[in-house]
Order: sequence, then C-alpha cells, then structure tokens
Amino acid sequence: MSKARLMQGNEACAEGAIAAGVRFFAGYPITPSTEIAETMAKLLPQYGGKFIQMEDEIGSMGAILGASLAGLKSMDATSGPGFSLKQELIGYAACAEIPCVLVNVQRVGPSTGQPTAPSQADVMQVRWGTHGDHPMIALAPWSVRETYDATVMAVNYSERFRTPVILLMDEIIGHLREKVELPDSVEVYERRKPKKTRAEGYEPYEPDEDLVPNVADFGKGYHIHVTGLLHDATGFPVGSPKVTEESIRRLHEKIARAGDEIIHTEEYFMEDAEYAVVAFGGTARTAYEAVRNAREAGKKVGLLRLMTIWPFADKVIEQLAAKVKGILVAELNYGQVVHEVRRAAQGKCLVELCGKYNMKSFEPKEIEAAIDEMCARRDA
Amino acid sequence: MERSYEKYFRQNRLPHLWCPGCGNGIVMKAIVQAIEKEGLNQDNTVIVSGIGCSSRASGYMDFDTLHTAHGRAIPFATGVKLANPELNVIVITGDGDCTAIGGNHFIHGCRRNVDLTVVLFDNNIYGMTGGQASPMTPTGKKATTAPYGSVDRPFNACDLAGAAGATYVARSTAFHVKHLTDMISGGIRNKGFSFIEAVVQCPTAYGRKNKMGSPADMLAWMRDNAVMKAAWDKMPEEQKTSEKFPIGVFLDSSYEDYGNAYEGLIQRIGGKKS
Repeated sequence: MSKARLMQGNEACAEGAIAAGVRFFAGYPITPSTEIAETMAKLLPQYGGKFIQMEDEIGSMGAILGASLAGLKSMDATSGPGFSLKQELIGYAACAEIPCVLVNVQRVGPSTGQPTAPSQADVMQVRWGTHGDHPMIALAPWSVRETYDATVMAVNYSERFRTPVILLMDEIIGHLREKVELPDSVEVYERRKPKKTRAEGYEPYEPDEDLVPNVADFGKGYHIHVTGLLHDATGFPVGSPKVTEESIRRLHEKIARAGDEIIHTEEYFMEDAEYAVVAFGGTARTAYEAVRNAREAGKKVGLLRLMTIWPFADKVIEQLAAKVKGILVAELNYGQVVHEVRRAAQGKCLVELCGKYNMKSFEPKEIEAAIDEMCARRDA
Repeated sequence: MERSYEKYFRQNRLPHLWCPGCGNGIVMKAIVQAIEKEGLNQDNTVIVSGIGCSSRASGYMDFDTLHTAHGRAIPFATGVKLANPELNVIVITGDGDCTAIGGNHFIHGCRRNVDLTVVLFDNNIYGMTGGQASPMTPTGKKATTAPYGSVDRPFNACDLAGAAGATYVARSTAFHVKHLTDMISGGIRNKGFSFIEAVVQCPTAYGRKNKMGSPADMLAWMRDNAVMKAAWDKMPEEQKTSEKFPIGVFLDSSYEDYGNAYEGLIQRIGGKKS
C-alpha cells in the first residue's frame, strides 16, 4: 500500500483507470464529472497515453471507440445531458463489441436539471438508454476507495467481455473527499488476441468458449471489418433472421454466462434482520448510518448494498425477499431500482420506495423514519 | 491489362450494392489507386466510414475497415490515429454524413488538424434513404423532401474545410478520374487534416429528380461545368454561373498535426514514450 492520500471520488476514478491500463481518454466538460477529464489530462501524457477534449459528447464517445479498436484501453466520463448524447455510440460499442468504459457521474435531471446536485435517476437509462436489445454492465461504488477498485473492475470487464461498461457514480461519491490508501498494483485483464491466422481462417467475431470473440486490433494485418450493422462471425452484415437472432442472443449470453461472478453486493446487519434496506452509491452510506441507528434502537433491520447495478442481482434479492418481511429501497430518484427489486422479490415480501429528488442527499433520519413506517404498515 | 488495384478489394464482398451508373465505385477506385501511388502499407492502413451509400465502400476494401455510425466517422478516425500513429487513416463520407449530422465533427476535425485524409463523396443528396435534400443540394434542385425545389442555401464544403483549418483542401469529380486520384494522393501526402470533395453522380435519386439524364449525361455535365482552378481564378465573374464550379487544389499549407504536437507534449513533460 502506498501512503494515505486525501482524494476525491472523481480523482480516484482517474487513478484507477491509469492503474487498469487505460491509455486513451476523450471527454467533454460537464459537471459533476469534469475532474475525471482534468485528472486524465494531467496523468495520461505522463504515462505515454493520450487525452483529447472533443467537440461534444458524441465525438468523445466516437474517439474512444476508435482508440479502443486501435488497441488502447479507453475511457470517457460524463453526466446527465452528456450521457443522453452518448446513447447512440453505447449501442454501437455493444453491437460491434468494442471494449470501453464510460463513467456517468449522475446529477439531477431531466434535461439540464440541477447540474451540481446529486441524483441517482439514470439507473434505467444506463440499462435501456440506447435503442435495441443489448446487455449492460454497470457498477456503482459507494466510497472513494471503492471508486478506484470499481474503475479497475470496469476496465477489466470491458476488455474481458468486449462490451461497454458504465461506472455509475453519483455526485456524492464523485465530489466526496476521503483519506485513501491505494494499492501498489492491481490485477489487470489484458485483451485477448486472435488465436488463428488469416490463413487458418480467422474470423474476428467467431465466439470463443466464453462466447466473447477475439477481435484483432487494427494494424495487425487481419483486415477486419467492424460495423454497427448486425453481422456474422466474419464481421460483415448479413440481413438474415438467423444471424440477427444468433447475434443478439450471443451478446446477452456472453454476459449472462459470467453470472454471479460479476454481481457484487454487500450485506450489513443482516443476520437476524426482519426488514432490509436496499441502496447503492452515495445513498448506501446514509442507509448504513440509518440501519446502524435502527439497530441501536433495537430494530431488526439490515442493509443490502448493490455494487453491481446491471446485471441486476435477481437471485440475491429473491433470497432476501424470502427471508425478510419487507424491503425498503432508498434511492435518489422517483423510483427506479425499486421496480427491479419488486420484480426480483416475486411477491415474497413487501417492497417499498424511499425516494428523494429535491437536490439534497438523504439524511439518516429520513431513511429511519421510512423504515419505521414500513414496519408499522407491515405489522399492522 | 494491368489491374494492380484488385488486391485492395475484398473480392468475396463484390459486387457492390450501388445502383447501376452510380459514381461511388469510381471514387473508391481512385482512393485505392492513390493508396498504391503513395505506397501505403495495406496492413497499416485503416478505412473509416460513416453511414450512407458512399460509406458502404469500407466493406469492399481489403484493409482494416470501420463502418461507424451516421456522421461519426471523423471522431472514430481521430481515436484510431491518436491511439496508433503508425496507421494511415482514410475517411470515406458523404455530403449528408459529413456536413449535416457530422458537421460539428467535421469542422473540429479540420481545426485540430489530426493527420487524416477525408474523402467526401458528394452526390448532392441522401441516396440510401431514397433521395432527400442534403446540406449540399444546390438551391432550387429537387429532392423528395424538397418537391418544389430546395429553398436551402448549400454548403461549399471546400470553403468550409479551409476556413475551419484543414491543411489540404481539394475537389475533383468522378469524370476527372486521373485528376481525382492526384487530388487524393496529395491529401495522403499531407501530414495533417486533408479534405477532398469528390463530385459523384447519383442517377437514381438526384439525377432522376432533376432530369439530368443518364449516368453518362451526368458525367458529361461534370466535364462541361468543372473548371480547373487556374482557369477558374482567371474567369470573369459573369461566366461563373451557378452550374460552374472549380476543381483542383485550393489549399496546401503546413501546420503541425495534432498527433505530433501531442507526442511533443509527452516528451516535454518527460512522460513515458507511447
């Protein structure tokens, strides 16, 4: 471990990206994510990498996809309106299987909304923002230190599954300053190379055993074709029902196959809990405090923190729902994760929302009061 | 008959999907002839295209090829070039792709002067979607979305590129094949952002709507209306009718390209060699 440093969540994200081997960053300034771009602009050339400030959020997304295809681990960071603009090329990256990490430091929306205020209202946009069927991986850290780890994880997943990965931060974590000790080194996943030569019949989108193709980087003599049209193993578009169905199914199954391995959750005070709070990101910190206070008051309440937001922790929620009388979903929005929790709970317990969307983060007493209300309703 | 350019095409992907008489194939061939002329390594050359008729060319060309999203070819190409400066990057785009949906990327590409060669296939119309007006449809000409003739004022893409900072700007046509190849060659040689507008005939959508006759008639129109730059510069203003247009090299300047400048920055701050 290196010595302790006082660091902001956005800075930890940039440091994590460098540690994971990101050597290309394209961005466009937008609050509250800008410090990520600023830190990358400073760090990348020191490591021989490149930073470019593009003309808009669409351009920066295009640039990281080009750089990734040319062989560099690539990242981009944005917020609200910028995230909306990037949806088109998130879909392109999913379809053409281009590894990349996109950070979304959430702020209040819709539209320009409240640029400097915290929110967690992009959960569903992260999953469904780009058109068409596609898989999604999204991670939501709850501390500065975990932001570092989650960024490394996001880069590794993007390279391993050849898919865009969203680091779903919120303003609370992005601008939070904490004392952190960063590891001297981290485990890094290096992109796989083709296993065949052209003469041996190499096809860039032929799936490997894990259903992920070993697409060659540009400039290696493979003469590959990359397109956002649905394509077969050769990479070339095919207008057939069979190829279309197989492509869309494989995109989903390569992530589904990884299963529980990429679903990260944490439990606190859950041993004998009769009620649970489900939360993520900055709100999970407040929920932790609320649950601890409730415990001190003798209430049997626990916390389930979601770190992986997508794919959703269906099994974990189902098991939780079978164990407790009620689940309170605390989130800084009008209700998004609560729908997923309800779906996964399959009616096995009461599921209620504790939502907030007024520019302010939660206070522990608000969540405590919501817990009490839920308990009273359930026990009545 | 020598057909040395065949090796630059994916024979198994031909024939192309363009309409009979379309000019896109002529420009595509001119690009590979320029590549051959300039001695670019086929393994080290990437073709990046957007969306539209012209942008389908990338699929036929035997290089690493990247068929991007509508209007986004230049940002993708910027990422490719900066990530691996050893690659020669050629962008294929159309008038709608480049100057409408990709307009912002286009002018900033010019300004940044990344070492790219951008070839715009100008058929004055959206062909793939069936003949809608583009920002390069001349005023008064018809399109499916301009049934009474376009009231829009068109872009002069060459003027736009030069004003935005491109370091090489040229125009030619599908009729002037040798000249077109030379224009593209000059763009490849220029270390910086090069822009070449290639006027092509679209007999199916643009030509038919505007009663321009057969593909051969449209090529004859190019022959009759394109004026070499040297002659254009001496031409009396009253002879420069709306149909006439200049071809040739309009700009060939030198300014440090973005990639080189960034490598200089890395060295200056003592960063690791990329």
